[in-house]
Amino acid sequence: MKDAPATITAQTVAEHGLTPDEYQRLLKILGREPSLTELGIFSVMWSEHCSYKSSRYWLRQLPTSGPQVIQGPGENAGVVDLGDGDAAVFKMESHNHPSYIEPYQGAATGVGGIMRDVFTMGARPVANLNALRFGDPDHPKTRHLVAGVVAGIGGYGNCTGVPTVGGETNFDAGYNGNILVNAMCVGLAKADKIFYSAAKGIGLPVVYVGSKTGRDGIHGATMASAEFDDKSEEKRPTVQVGDPFTEKLLIEACLELMASDAIVAIQDMGAAGLTSSTSEMADKGGVGIELDLDHVPQRETGMTAYEMMLSESQERMLMVLKPGREAQAEAIFRKWGLDFAVIGRTTDTGRMIVRHKGKVEADLPVATLANSAPLYERPWLPAVPPKTILPEWVKAPNSMLGALKTIMSGPHGSSRRWIWEQYDHMVMGDTIQRPGGDAAVVRVHGTGKALAMTCDVTPRYVAADPVMGAKQAVVESWRNLIAVGADPLAITDNLNFGNPERPEVMGQFVGTIHGMKDACEALKYPIVSGNVSLYNETNGVAIPPTPAIGGVGLIPDIAKMATLALKAEGDLLVVIGREEGHLGQSLYQLIVAGKLEGAPPPVSLADEIKAGNLVRALIREARVRAVHDVSDGGLLVTIAEMALSGNIGVQLFAYEGKMPVHAAWFGEDQGRYVMEVTPESAESVMERARLLALPARVVGRVGGQALVLKDEASLPLAELRAAHEAWMPTYMGAGLA
Amino acid sequence: MNASVIVFPGSNCDRDIKVALEKVTGRTVRMVWHGDATVPASDLIVLPGGFAYGDYLRTGAMAAHSPIMRDVVAKAKAGTPVLGICNGFQVLTEAGLLPGVLMRNASLKFVCRDVWLKVEQTDTFFTRRYAKGEVVRIPVAHGDGNYFADTATLDALEAENRVVFRYVDAAGEATPEGNPNGSQRNIAGICDAHRRILGMMPHPERLFEPMLGGIDGRKLLESVAEGLVG
Repeated sequence: MKDAPATITAQTVAEHGLTPDEYQRLLKILGREPSLTELGIFSVMWSEHCSYKSSRYWLRQLPTSGPQVIQGPGENAGVVDLGDGDAAVFKMESHNHPSYIEPYQGAATGVGGIMRDVFTMGARPVANLNALRFGDPDHPKTRHLVAGVVAGIGGYGNCTGVPTVGGETNFDAGYNGNILVNAMCVGLAKADKIFYSAAKGIGLPVVYVGSKTGRDGIHGATMASAEFDDKSEEKRPTVQVGDPFTEKLLIEACLELMASDAIVAIQDMGAAGLTSSTSEMADKGGVGIELDLDHVPQRETGMTAYEMMLSESQERMLMVLKPGREAQAEAIFRKWGLDFAVIGRTTDTGRMIVRHKGKVEADLPVATLANSAPLYERPWLPAVPPKTILPEWVKAPNSMLGALKTIMSGPHGSSRRWIWEQYDHMVMGDTIQRPGGDAAVVRVHGTGKALAMTCDVTPRYVAADPVMGAKQAVVESWRNLIAVGADPLAITDNLNFGNPERPEVMGQFVGTIHGMKDACEALKYPIVSGNVSLYNETNGVAIPPTPAIGGVGLIPDIAKMATLALKAEGDLLVVIGREEGHLGQSLYQLIVAGKLEGAPPPVSLADEIKAGNLVRALIREARVRAVHDVSDGGLLVTIAEMALSGNIGVQLFAYEGKMPVHAAWFGEDQGRYVMEVTPESAESVMERARLLALPARVVGRVGGQALVLKDEASLPLAELRAAHEAWMPTYMGAGLA
Repeated sequence: MNASVIVFPGSNCDRDIKVALEKVTGRTVRMVWHGDATVPASDLIVLPGGFAYGDYLRTGAMAAHSPIMRDVVAKAKAGTPVLGICNGFQVLTEAGLLPGVLMRNASLKFVCRDVWLKVEQTDTFFTRRYAKGEVVRIPVAHGDGNYFADTATLDALEAENRVVFRYVDAAGEATPEGNPNGSQRNIAGICDAHRRILGMMPHPERLFEPMLGGIDGRKLLESVAEGLVG
């Protein structure tokens, strides 16, 4: 090092995504000019993607603890206690920028990365979910992006043998230039066998396992921290290429070694590859680290230290082993056909020293490298939520059932079967609620317990009112878990926003944090892991603010689980929860009235808790035969989904209350559930709600093969199903013409 | 019963079939590593679903050349019953134990869903508990399940009553609508001339207990157990 005189120009600094101020900060920290490798290392560590420099200040306000939390944010994934020595390990992460540039590989490597975060902690991945946002269906790129992303998620997840059990997909012109691909993975571990990343101990071997290192993905983290412009397609080489076969072998090899006590610390090589993994492990362990890059398994010849330190080649892990356990570990990785190399040692110097071909290429203080990233308290403008609109201001439809069919047969309300049938959602043999319900349910293998999982956010609510919209996203995930009979445990989040240097975008972010904080605190539903993705904008236009919430709950006894499918002719449908006919920002307004305006529906956390606790109790007492929470599209869509799922019709009871009829059927008031009950128990169920001051009424009787409403032509289920299922395959098929 | 499940790198339904067989039969099922030279004495060998060797080159092609396969082929030819599910079916065709090939689905997309199957043969080692002509619901999950063979081979399979399962619609008819992958003559599973080697794309181990949403796959597992008694 230092033999080459200063070659760092202002242009080099800018190319590394550092501002002039940040470069001055680096010069001050080092007390000298960095080598090119060192500049590369700092640039990725200080990227928004790795350092959370714009969001950290606010993230600290989120509730992250509770009696169920074993590990909150700060490790590769969050960990919650499931009782009986079992733990769930989960996290969600975005791969937005790469998926827009190269949809198949971008989405595939997103899935691979999040699974590594989970099995790094000692957990076997048991379920994948995803939250996808695409542009307007009529935008010329949308079809290509949908096809590529879905194939990529399936291609990777299916091969690794981890079921993809749930998710959500939206279309909105706001994502035309910047789609969102958020992947969530949930794993199972033993609570006393969780693995962490702190490399505690001096003189321990640092081991590299998995795939070889190539030149792919160099500066991926930096790319993911910048806005897009017209030249973004030229960034395709920064997208990594995934190999799910190697990932599958890596899962098995890591779990096999983890069954022994050979590992001190382990960390996957994700964003910023070797740089990030070595510095974080060393920093958390309070040690120094020396690497000899000559020993790094390489896919290409002539790689420089700079390239190896910044490569984001996939399917790689870094481990620190107990001394003398190298041979045992190597035998396992060789058996699975994977590379294994001792590439360094931990030291007591507190420095990260990188050697290549006998030359020191970087010599940096570990603590400084890991903890010196800038922290910005960026200026923000609070969003001004629109005023609540009265239901009377939104025009009524010609017929309720006609409007229902319109809502359920277009891009926003149609079936997503075309997507999830491309995902193996049954492998591992524990999927007991498949996609299409309120939450996916996967058995804790070999037990009578199950995990319930869901991904939720309604971006149009957040765009109108970030505080209320974020609150709604949290409560909707909570309700979806309740609706299958689970105890909601904790969430992971994926906060997708535009450029934080713009005060109005930062205002959306701050509002979102406030809304999430309120909801999570009230529901005792902490955030245990997550990811922030900023700079989601193209040519200066930001995406709608999109805080995706991934909720995980526990069903203690799978015999007491609920589904949304209607079960028996003659049963009654009861809705509980306050009905106010909020049509502002509703699906009805968007699709039938043709414009979105007004405030989103308000959330009452106190009412949510009362309703949720009651519904869960009724499920466990076996007092209800089917449950579905009321969300997008309102009451009528909820009932129609229950009917389609159970393949039994409903005779709907005409609404005779004070608000406009269409507001009763299509209003998106929160805190509501529809339950199927026997005629004998309907009154007692409603009485239980009323005792909690929650309104309840009967809205229909189960039976027949159609939705029937007085004074309207009935809607046969076969007709509704055909329309509901047709949109996606027709839309995607049109691309082949 | 003394069953062995072969584990290739990339197999991912190996545990699923082990669990299902053990739950139905109450007997322990052995896992055998692909790199071993011999299969321990077994009265059933299972080639499980998954992506052996990442499906690189061609599905099942590299697995068919695994060290263990020499012994699997020898034991199969000597009469040990062999069940290949999904990727296992692909390996059986690549290993020459069953005719034909599984091509990319006609839709060019992976498909995971329940399908209807007609049980056409009940005199095989694996289907004696079904009724002939019974229509059952069992899931598929594959990208390459499109069964193809030349006309002479297909005619021979039909003539020898070796088409064991056929994709049908809900009414039990072998229509294009009932065919999830474009397979010739809606073929979902075939057996060898001795009716002791079965290859099938659908996954009976995925619907064998009510909690999973169905039990139509259970009779296949029970047939195996019955065949191995005594």
